[in-house]
Amino acid sequence: MKIKLHRIAHARAGDKGEITNVAIFPYREEDYPRLQEALTPEAVKGHFAGLVAGKVIRYDLPYLKGFNFVLHGTRKGGVSAALDLDAHGKAFSSALLEMEIDWPEE
Amino acid sequence: MKKIRIGAGAGYAGDRIDPAIELAEKGAIQYICFDCLAERTIAIAQLERQNDPRAGYGQFLRERVGALAPYCAKGLVMVSNMGAANPSAALDAAREAAGEKRPGPLKIAAVTGDDVLEKIAESLSPVWESGLPVREYRDRIISANAYLGVDAVVPALRSGCNIILTGRVADPALFLAPLVHEFGWAPDDWHLLGAGTAVGHLLECAGQVSGGFFSDPPFKNVPGLSRLGFPLAEVGADGTAVITKAPGTGGSVSVMTCKEQLMYEIHDPAAYLTPDVTADFSRAELLDAGPDRVLVRGASGSPRPELLKVSLGIHEGYIGEGEISFAGEGALARARLAAQIVKDRLGHRSVAASDMRIEFIGFDSLLGPIARRAAPPPLDIRLRVAVKAENRRTAEAVGEEVEALYLNGPAGAAGARKFVRPVIAVYSSTIEREKIEIRVETAELK
Repeated sequence: MKIKLHRIAHARAGDKGEITNVAIFPYREEDYPRLQEALTPEAVKGHFAGLVAGKVIRYDLPYLKGFNFVLHGTRKGGVSAALDLDAHGKAFSSALLEMEIDWPEE
Repeated sequence: MKKIRIGAGAGYAGDRIDPAIELAEKGAIQYICFDCLAERTIAIAQLERQNDPRAGYGQFLRERVGALAPYCAKGLVMVSNMGAANPSAALDAAREAAGEKRPGPLKIAAVTGDDVLEKIAESLSPVWESGLPVREYRDRIISANAYLGVDAVVPALRSGCNIILTGRVADPALFLAPLVHEFGWAPDDWHLLGAGTAVGHLLECAGQVSGGFFSDPPFKNVPGLSRLGFPLAEVGADGTAVITKAPGTGGSVSVMTCKEQLMYEIHDPAAYLTPDVTADFSRAELLDAGPDRVLVRGASGSPRPELLKVSLGIHEGYIGEGEISFAGEGALARARLAAQIVKDRLGHRSVAASDMRIEFIGFDSLLGPIARRAAPPPLDIRLRVAVKAENRRTAEAVGEEVEALYLNGPAGAAGARKFVRPVIAVYSSTIEREKIEIRVETAELK
C-alpha cells in the first residue's frame, strides 16, 4: 500500500542561501533501512519537481537513523531576496512529508 | 568531574525575553549565550548605524541586559552577538541599562574586528553566489562582516568580563568560547572543538531544541508550549554533554527534538564549517538520559578552514507585494483571473516575468505543484503577487494594482493588503585570517 511519509517520519528544514536542507527521521528506528531504499535522491527530486531546480544530495545518518537531503536551487535569491512567501523554506519539511511511498500492510 | 552549565537566552534578535530570565533564575547556569544575528540582521543594523552613529546594535539589547544584569553581578556570564553592527554603542547602552538596575560591580566588554568593509571593498576575492570579485559590488555594498570564532571571545572571558557583546561571531562559537575558556581546550584540538560545536549548534536556536518548531499533533506532542523553556547544556571536559532545560518550564527535550536540531541548516554532516573547526556530526549519538535529558556524544572535528567566511550585505532594489482574497465556489478561478489582470497591467510597466511571483495562499503558496495535485481547491483563496524591481516606484505599483482589483477585478475581491521593502541581499565571500584585528573595549559599573 501507499503511505505518506508524514505517518511514519518527522522532519525539519533549514536554509543557507538558495540551498534548503531537510532532515528526516523515521519514528521507529527499525524503519531506517526501508526508508533508505525508498528515499533515493532521484525519487525525492521527482517529488520536489517545480520547487527544486538543482541537484538533490542525500547524506545518510546511520547513527541518528535518518537522512539529510540537501536541495540545491530553491527560493531564488535566498531568504533576503526571494519573492516566495516562505522565503526561508520552512515548509519544505512538510513538503517532503507529503511524499507517498510503498509500505507493507501492518 | 567539572561540568559547565550553559544556557541559550535567545535564538534570534526578536526572541522572547522571559524564558531567558527563567533560565537564569532556575537553570543553575554559569553562562547564558544569546544568538541574535541572522545573516541579514547585521546588514539592516549597518543601515541603522549609517543613519545614526549611536544605533546599529541588537533589538532588545537594553531589555535583555537590564533583565540579566542582577544575575551577572552574582556570577552569571552573558555572551551575545547583540553588538551587531555597532558593539561600541552597544557597550554604552548596556552600561546604561545595567546601571539602572544597580546590580553591583559589573564588567562589560565590546568586541570589534568583524567589520571588514574597508578591508574587503576593493578585494578580488570571489563572491560565492556569482563568481564576480567583491570589488564589482562596491557601489551597492552595505556591510561586510567576517565570521569570527572563539579567539574573539575568549580574551574577554579571561579578563573576567560579566557581559560580552560582539558583532558577527559564528553562532556556535558563542557557546564554544566559554567551554574553551573553562576547560582550556587547545586551539587545534579538533576533536574537542568539534564536540563543543555540536553542543553550540544544538543550543543556538534556543527554543528549537526544547520543543519549539516541533509540535505536530497527534504524531508529535509538546506539553506547555505557551510556557516553552529555553535549553541548557551540562558539558564535561571531554565534550560530552546533556541537553536539558530548567525544571518546571514548558516544552520538551527529547532524542527527537535533538535529532531535528542537530541537522538544522547542515549540509554535509561530516563537514560543518565554522571559523574554529570543521565539525563532524556524522557519528554523533543522541541518547535518552531521563525526562527532558538527552546525552550527546561522538561529535568530532578536523582542522578549521584556512579562510574566514565574510557575509556581504548588498542593495538589490525593492520587493513589492499585494494580496487579495476570494471565497466560495470558483474562488480559485477568480483568483487566477485577478492574477492575469495584474500581470497584464504590470507588463506595461516593464516588470520582467522572472522578477514576478504569483502564489495562491491557502492553495499552493507553500507546496507549489505538490498541493496543486490535490483536489478539490479550497473555498478560501488569497492571491499574492510579489515583484522585485530596481526602483521603489515600480515595486509600489504591485500593491496598487492588486488593491485596485477591489473595484475593477473579479467578483467578491476581499481584504487587500500591500507592502514594499528594500531588498538587502546577503552574499558570501572570504578573507584571510591575518587581516582581522580583534579589539576589546570594556566599561565597569561600580
